[in-house]
Amino acid sequence: MIMESTNTILRTENLHIGYTAKKKSISVAKNINFHLQKGSFVALLGKNGIGKSTLLRTISNVQKPLEGAIFMDEKPLESYSTKSLATAISLVLTERLPESQLTVFELIALGRQPHTNWVDQLTPLDVEKIETAMTLTEITHLSNQRYYELSDGQLQRVLIARALAQDTPLIILDEPTAHLDLHHTLQIFKVLKKLVSETSKTILISTHEVNLAIKFSDEIALMTENSFHKDSPKNLIENNIFDTLFPDEIIRFDKTLQQFVMK
Amino acid sequence: MNKTSYKKHFLFLSVLGIVLFFVNISLGSVMIPIQDIMAVLMGENANKESWEIIVLNFRIPKAITAVMVGSGLSVSGLLMQTLFRNPLAGPFVLGISSGASLGVAFLLLGSSLFGGVLMSGTLSNWTLPIAASLGAFLVLSAVIFAANNVRNTMSILIIGLMFGSFASAIISVLSYFSEATQLQQFVFWSFGSLGNLSWNEILVFAVFYVLAMCGIFPILKSLNSLLLGENYAKSLGIPIQKNRNIILLITSILTGVITAFSGPIAFVGLAVPHLARMLFTTSNHKVLVPATMLIGAIVLLLCDIIAQLPTSEHTLPINAITSLFGAPVVIWLLIRKKKLYV
Repeated sequence: MIMESTNTILRTENLHIGYTAKKKSISVAKNINFHLQKGSFVALLGKNGIGKSTLLRTISNVQKPLEGAIFMDEKPLESYSTKSLATAISLVLTERLPESQLTVFELIALGRQPHTNWVDQLTPLDVEKIETAMTLTEITHLSNQRYYELSDGQLQRVLIARALAQDTPLIILDEPTAHLDLHHTLQIFKVLKKLVSETSKTILISTHEVNLAIKFSDEIALMTENSFHKDSPKNLIENNIFDTLFPDEIIRFDKTLQQFVMK
Repeated sequence: MNKTSYKKHFLFLSVLGIVLFFVNISLGSVMIPIQDIMAVLMGENANKESWEIIVLNFRIPKAITAVMVGSGLSVSGLLMQTLFRNPLAGPFVLGISSGASLGVAFLLLGSSLFGGVLMSGTLSNWTLPIAASLGAFLVLSAVIFAANNVRNTMSILIIGLMFGSFASAIISVLSYFSEATQLQQFVFWSFGSLGNLSWNEILVFAVFYVLAMCGIFPILKSLNSLLLGENYAKSLGIPIQKNRNIILLITSILTGVITAFSGPIAFVGLAVPHLARMLFTTSNHKVLVPATMLIGAIVLLLCDIIAQLPTSEHTLPINAITSLFGAPVVIWLLIRKKKLYV
């Protein structure tokens, strides 16, 4: 346990997530206990509406948990100021950006805000981080374009680059491959995998790409109505955990093919 | 657009602003030769003593007022548009201007309803600004209270609009029951006026103006990250709630004081930030804030020049001129660009 905790970047304790509306709390999921290993690529799987986004928003402090605790580097999440949390966790969200005239470079440079001074002056180090982020996501050629001119795939890579430029040990991405074709989806998974191996960052991503998650991620967190499993893809397959992911009327998980097939 | 062309734009606008400032001073209902105006500005004596008084005590204060009103309203509009990430936001939308009008309406029109209670003293120079500021502050407090209870910025925008309608309705009721002379007084105030401010009043105006403008510095950085939406801004370390209140406070101080001293001036706050964004093709607030201030000052100086041009006897109401100018600009922008950005 002690060995494990030194290697843990984030862990939850009996986390109960949901929303508070009209002074009543609407529960989304209960008893979530897991930890994220430093330098791992973890995929969060679950069917629509199971609470993947809520979980990601809760552990990144966008919304408050109903009960339970979250620890970042063994310190409670609420002990972090907004500013210090900004140097610990960076986000890629599903929400649409408001329409502005920001260029790709300016947008990625915003990721440096937690590190810059009060007038947001970019130091040579900041510029270097921005350029590295653009190189890793292969968008250097887009630098001077307005972000509203980009395709969905390009914009997604720009948003990932922004999170990278923020240079936090943990990056959380909420369905970064939604609306993308197979080619661009694969490209994003490859980029994220490369980041984990090259920069030793921890990446948590929610996705519906079961096959790619099995192939690329170090661990998979599987969310269902009654359970929360986190293990290596191999162990999850061996223990038939994938069968719990969807109701089993239409599809089932094929162990040998390592993917879902129609019944 | 790179940094050198930003500099060129700023240089051009600054020169234009300074030229318009002097043109503004040299025009008015009384013809004063240029050399006499220059003489007064250099601290020498003009040919007529009355000319000196006109330039020093009327025209220069009026030009300074135009600069402060124009830049102040425009910056308020920019801050509102960024805070609400809505290109239609402006100081009018939050109902703050209407609140100021309500204060003035109670003072000028309410006396017939409430008898001598409100009007026990004589109308000094100060009662109008105080009444307007109180009205603006009242609506602002209500908006901030609502803002802290409502998370959605779009709802705050609508709440602001509702407060505006509410205030306008009360003003209508007051107008209906008031006497003709009082109504006339109120209507003239609502035309807007840049003149009639003494140096003392300018000083008070300037103190509030500078205080509010200084408030922009600590939030300058967060304005850019707000362009990504509140969740991203928060994840970048911006204390959203606090900054939202600072922005609301700055806007209401500026709008309240401006409306108090020069009447409800429409359209500038909405249109000028869009002019700045079009001219500089950027959404970066480090460029937009000074650009908006400069263009706002230029626009109001220009409007004031237009207001006094048609006849040398009369000055048109400034509020009519800004709307006459502002409405076509917004229409033209929408037709030409097809899209407005924040």
